[in-house]
Amino acid sequence: MSEWWTYRLDDFLLYAPRTYWRLFEAQNAALWPLHLATVAAGLVLVLLIFWRPDRARRWTGLALALLWTFVGWSFLMNRYAAINWAVAYVAPAFFLQAGLLLLAALLPRGLAFARRDAIGGASLLLALAGLLLYPALPLVFSRPWTSAEVFGIAPDPTAIVTLGLLMAGRGAWLAVLLPIPLLLCLVSGLTLWAMDDAQAWLPFGAAAIGLVLTLARLLTPAPAPARTS
Amino acid sequence: MRITRRNLIRTSALGTAAALLPVPVLAQAEPLMRTIPSSGEQIPAVGLGTWITFNVGDDPVLQDESTQVMSAFFAGGGRMIDSSPMYGSSQAVVGRGLEKLGRPQALFSAEKVWTSSGANGPAQIEQSRRFWGVKRFDLMQVHNLLAWEAHLDTLQAMKAAGRLRYVGITTSEGRRHDLVEEIMRRHPLDFVQFTYNPVDREAEQRLLPLAGERGIAVIVNRPFRQGALIRRLEGEPLPDWAGEAGATSGAQLILKFILSHPTVTVAIPATTQVGHVRENLAAAGGALPDKELRERIAAHIGGI
Repeated sequence: MSEWWTYRLDDFLLYAPRTYWRLFEAQNAALWPLHLATVAAGLVLVLLIFWRPDRARRWTGLALALLWTFVGWSFLMNRYAAINWAVAYVAPAFFLQAGLLLLAALLPRGLAFARRDAIGGASLLLALAGLLLYPALPLVFSRPWTSAEVFGIAPDPTAIVTLGLLMAGRGAWLAVLLPIPLLLCLVSGLTLWAMDDAQAWLPFGAAAIGLVLTLARLLTPAPAPARTS
Repeated sequence: MRITRRNLIRTSALGTAAALLPVPVLAQAEPLMRTIPSSGEQIPAVGLGTWITFNVGDDPVLQDESTQVMSAFFAGGGRMIDSSPMYGSSQAVVGRGLEKLGRPQALFSAEKVWTSSGANGPAQIEQSRRFWGVKRFDLMQVHNLLAWEAHLDTLQAMKAAGRLRYVGITTSEGRRHDLVEEIMRRHPLDFVQFTYNPVDREAEQRLLPLAGERGIAVIVNRPFRQGALIRRLEGEPLPDWAGEAGATSGAQLILKFILSHPTVTVAIPATTQVGHVRENLAAAGGALPDKELRERIAAHIGGI
């Protein structure tokens, strides 16, 4: 691209905001009431990580892998790609993330959830916000409630809840599992920013919280292993 | 074929909707016509852009709105619709609209080739042609000068073979005017497309005079700076002297400024609203501002 410095962010926006939000209306209309199942699954994962962290690894990885695949296919490829040719380059990241989550679920040392601590608690709060508050945003931003973004149905809450759930965990795999959700939050924030939509601050904020929690996790010594006898 | 009320109702799948259009719109005065220098063909001075506005994907409600915009455009005497492979689903939405409207004969199809590979140009052009559902394009332009040398060779060969009527190049927002000027000097072009409006007047320095000198038709894109100029004028009272220019709205003031440049052939505002199409087409009727009034318009809009 020549004279790249002359381009503004909104030069890359190919569609009108109304067209963008109507994608979610169409997605919701086509998939309802699957939303109840995806949100319930997210809540079960939060509870599992909170109460039975030792059993959470496999179910968290498997469920998130399934939902990242589903959102990549049903929303990005089947809807968003129709108005944004650049999505063809983004959708593979969803399938890559799903593959990584699957590996983390199946490999013995893929992902471990620590015993409860402050960072884990804050991470689960982020996940809960993505599960329960994100769908209510249309009411805040004066859009039809039918354009609600729901975990497991739309990309942003899926990425935010994933960030929250993973940040409650530990292990080297986090370095592999976190970049794509973080990048997605940034890309989504930039997209909304180009649309002059104040909601841009939410994915930006989620990414910032994710980075702060990552940093806090890195600086906090790992707890002693739980007694087994 | 001139699009008449009867014709439109007979041929259009949206005939019922068209019949409901206010009579004054359909019976308005002949639109301002401009001459394409390389052929002498006359063309209405207000066209229809599709950037962003027609990229509505598979949404049937928005697709129908786009078709209604096209219906009003043709009913008001418009001809040139401009699109690009870069505009997402716009090409397919235009094609669907043309099909619904019974393939209006008045259509002047303006498309672009936009790929970094010269070898891929013909396949992309063929894909675009299928989206539109036309036998051939009237105008094919090299979009943003991407791989322009290879594509210009392809387009000139297509024109020589009768598979294309006109050849052009495009740029926007003042980018690469030096190269545009060089290509205009060295290559036989029918059209050149660039940005021009009351606050983006760089083209007045070299490109517009050169187009006049070389007999190249000029298409003006981003007349409203993607709506930013309209939003700038919202809430501002229309100046007293707007009536002297024959303008009844800020949008018309901007369009009349553009169309009053004698070298401008067609301006291509994009919109999603039927009312705006009519307002844009009406800007090409009646009085046009003289030199002094043009400067007043530019000062007024630039000063807000």
